[in-house]
Amino acid sequence: MIRRYQTVLFVILFAASVVMGVVLWQLRERAHQRLITGQNSTPTQAPEVAPAEKATFLVANDADSSLLGQEQILPLPQDPGARARLILGKLLDIYAASNALHPVPGGAASIEEVFLLPVPSSETSRPTSSRPASASRPPTEDSTGPQLAVVNLSSAFVAGHPAGIETESLTVLSLCGTLHANLPRVAQVRFLVDGQPRATLAGHADLTRTYLAAGAVSPEGAQQ
Amino acid sequence: MRSTNRSHARRTALQAAAFLVAATALLAPAQQPAPAPSAPPVVPSSPTSRFVVVLDAAHGGDDSGARIDSGSEKDVALALSVKLRSLLAARGFQVITTRESDATLDAVHRAEIANRSGAQACLSLHATESGSGIHLFASSLTPAAPTRIPAWKTAQGGFVTRSLALAGVVNSALQHANIPVTVGRTALPGVDSMTCPAIAVEIAPLHPANAAITSPADPAYQSQIAEALAAALLEWKTEARQP
Ligand SMILES: [Zn+2]
Repeated sequence: MIRRYQTVLFVILFAASVVMGVVLWQLRERAHQRLITGQNSTPTQAPEVAPAEKATFLVANDADSSLLGQEQILPLPQDPGARARLILGKLLDIYAASNALHPVPGGAASIEEVFLLPVPSSETSRPTSSRPASASRPPTEDSTGPQLAVVNLSSAFVAGHPAGIETESLTVLSLCGTLHANLPRVAQVRFLVDGQPRATLAGHADLTRTYLAAGAVSPEGAQQ
Repeated sequence: MRSTNRSHARRTALQAAAFLVAATALLAPAQQPAPAPSAPPVVPSSPTSRFVVVLDAAHGGDDSGARIDSGSEKDVALALSVKLRSLLAARGFQVITTRESDATLDAVHRAEIANRSGAQACLSLHATESGSGIHLFASSLTPAAPTRIPAWKTAQGGFVTRSLALAGVVNSALQHANIPVTVGRTALPGVDSMTCPAIAVEIAPLHPANAAITSPADPAYQSQIAEALAAALLEWKTEARQP
């Protein structure tokens, strides 16, 4: 014979285990959701919470060899390298559009990476052997000095780029100018293709040079 | 987890490459002086000596350059070089060409030919399907004082001011011939190593408002350009002879 208090205890314990089961299930769902959103956020994608900001693009026009400033409001990541990559990608998206005035296939995927490094101190003052301090100091510590941007392009972009002095020069100048317009500390730009140095963009524009972000070839390079 | 590690490794490798580039930028340029001419340069010694023009038909051989219609940039460049050479020879210029056939020639070799010639004008001839009219380019190197043994990759720095003047004269002549022109500056291997007033001339298609597009491969278009360039070089020669 089951006693009354035993029945009540059983019902209470059973109810408690059901409630705990439901709570556990909900916690698991929530953790799973967090995991999925975490996996989705690749470094190139601007997070939803990133504030929309103004980006400036120097857009090339083959017809008159001009570069025209264009502004767009878009969410930009705070990390300068990711920001540079996203902005240059947007610029190449403009060139990949069907009605582009400077048609170049490839789009945003053509910018594999943008590295921002401090401009080597010897480029602003001649290197001397009595300055070993610069070697021991981590380069990222300087948060105000001029920067060298190293833009790593995809080989598919270079292979698909139209050949010609004007079109290749405009691509280089608009990439350099757009970087400088949005990241004013970027003073110099160098290019890699799939992580390797390359002679020219598509047979003409010299990719072994250090470009001044404003466009001309580095005067340091010119003097040495 | 493994893919994260791999992408991290790739990132690190690329960063290392980026640092390497930055480092070589510091070390590389000073190491290569422009090779001294192996033969005595043909430098005009008196006002009556010949006025030398170097015509560099770009690309050639394995390097076809841009696609032009169904042909190649290398053929258009050579055709223009041949046309201009005969026009200049008829006007009393001494003309040196970097190639007379479909030969492979690298940028170093072209600059060596130009630098040995002691030329008063060097023209690098190109063609493209992008843009329109004629694109004129001088080197984007910062003007520098000419030195006896300049760095190979930036030897043009000592001549940029005169190259810009040459571009101005050619620009006027082309405009006088009603050919649309844009003038710019660029970093072009070959031209950047030349120790002469040097420009790159790139023929792009003509896009007239109410007429068919003229291709750079059109012989009549090439002849029109060659005539204008010959007139420009005559003007350049006259300016150079003035005290
Ligand atoms: Zn070319």
